[in-house]
Amino acid sequence: MLEIRWHGRGGQGAVTAAEILATGVINEGKYAQAFAAFGPERRGAPVLAFTRISDSEILTRCQIYEPDIIVILDKNLCTMEGVGDGLKKGGTVVLNTNQKAEDFLYMFKNAGKFATIDATEIALRELGTPITNTSILGALVRATGVVRLETLEEVMKQRFGQYAEKNISAVRSAFKETALFETGERE
Amino acid sequence: MNKKVGISGNYAVAYAVKMADVDMIAAYPITPQTTIVEKLSEFVANGELDASYMNVESEHSAISACIGASLTGARVFTATSSQGLALMHEILFMASALRTPIVMANVNRALSAPLNIWNDHSDAMAQRDSGWIQLWARSAQESFDDTIEAFKIAEETRLPVMVNLDGYIVSHMYEPVELPDEEDVRKFIPSRPLENRVSIKNAHAVGVVGPPEYYYEMKYQAIDAIERSRHKVKEIENDFNRRFGKNYREIEAYGMEDAEAALILMGSIFGSAKEIANDLRGKGRKVGVVSLRVFRPFPAQELREALDGVKAVGVVDRATTPGGSGNPLYTEIATALYGMPERPAIQGFVAGLGGRDMREDDFRLMYSATEKAAREGAGRCIYVGLRE
Repeated sequence: MLEIRWHGRGGQGAVTAAEILATGVINEGKYAQAFAAFGPERRGAPVLAFTRISDSEILTRCQIYEPDIIVILDKNLCTMEGVGDGLKKGGTVVLNTNQKAEDFLYMFKNAGKFATIDATEIALRELGTPITNTSILGALVRATGVVRLETLEEVMKQRFGQYAEKNISAVRSAFKETALFETGERE
Repeated sequence: MNKKVGISGNYAVAYAVKMADVDMIAAYPITPQTTIVEKLSEFVANGELDASYMNVESEHSAISACIGASLTGARVFTATSSQGLALMHEILFMASALRTPIVMANVNRALSAPLNIWNDHSDAMAQRDSGWIQLWARSAQESFDDTIEAFKIAEETRLPVMVNLDGYIVSHMYEPVELPDEEDVRKFIPSRPLENRVSIKNAHAVGVVGPPEYYYEMKYQAIDAIERSRHKVKEIENDFNRRFGKNYREIEAYGMEDAEAALILMGSIFGSAKEIANDLRGKGRKVGVVSLRVFRPFPAQELREALDGVKAVGVVDRATTPGGSGNPLYTEIATALYGMPERPAIQGFVAGLGGRDMREDDFRLMYSATEKAAREGAGRCIYVGLRE
């Protein structure tokens, strides 16, 4: 079982990203769950979402407290209490930032791998709006290979209609531009 | 060919309603139910579903409109949650007494105050005496399947059916759902004009005054109808299972072949409870879990059979009866088990109110307390996860 926790802000599309990933995984024949810790939705407020991926049926419906992967759609959330909590030793952090991974090492002591991407810049360039969810998906796929890029593109075509093309372009750019950094921390 | 898709519980309900080819939908949006009727209005607007979609000004009106439409013989659907269901309260009793086969999805959410949009079972439990059949889905797949089944149960028993699914934990969780062929669904619930009770040519008043000379007998008919629906529910379940390759029963048991301590619960926490039971059983502990898929009519006989030989049961309530002698599910279970020759100890739990996440440790605590009840007898109700 692979457990992913998403941290974003209302309007960035963290929940949608969690759902697109799960849908893609299900389309590839595996099992997945995507869900959110919903609050009254407000633009800009911190949002928490989850994706579980497994080869067999998933029974549990608890929230995820010890993720294998943490995805952060806004680097300013890193300083918020609880964002790095519970990351498994050797786990992966996928982060939207224009800084280097080294700047964040001290916040995620257990992290084995960092994937950094300037998703905001890509979103502005490709979509014309700072909705970073699809760009960060590209970085997640690059860092982990949990799903095929083509599968996600199909899901986005279904879900986004006329906006699919630009988002697919954002995912592809992010996949290429993602920087990977190994910390040496192992499970 | 079945098609496996990744969708939420709410969308699963909407797809089921579409395949059931309903004639009329009346609804008022409320979180976390909204995406059901949002999807349905999309189906109607783009021509995928040929139905009349009625935007009404409240849930009270939604259920009233459904009764009116149902009386003309139409297949009708509505959906709500929490305060919306509470606002329907007085009309729910009319729907069952007038024998209107309405199907309603109730996406379980806590009742105010304080205002809370998250999941517990207080909304449905407050309507348990309204004469509706209640099904309880545990996943998006079951939300789909139960909705399909609900139309058949409703139409064959002439009773309204409420399909309950947990807010967010099922309603908004994306997970795999196998959608059957629409053609197979239509064969299971053929669209046919239901008995036409009210029409232009057959105009008459329904729901008029029932004075003391008549009320009692008419009320008894509705009581008798839900009592007799037991056989029908079982028969339809079997038919559904055969056609769609499922194995649904009124109750589902896990680990009960040798369990000495068992949890009894409803809704989506069944999965987590099974996972922890599995872990504990691997360590040699004789625990099991029973989940109710049908709450009305209450499957007392099936429960007694499943719990035969168990030393203690732990009843997990996700709603409360303040000032009562036990919470809603607890009192049902206690009543059902009272006549057993060797009845188990019954430990009460309240958990997961207002969307409080039920964590693995909460389940471990409940299994341990139920085992303790098996040894020492049951104690007072335990409020799991309540901060001091």
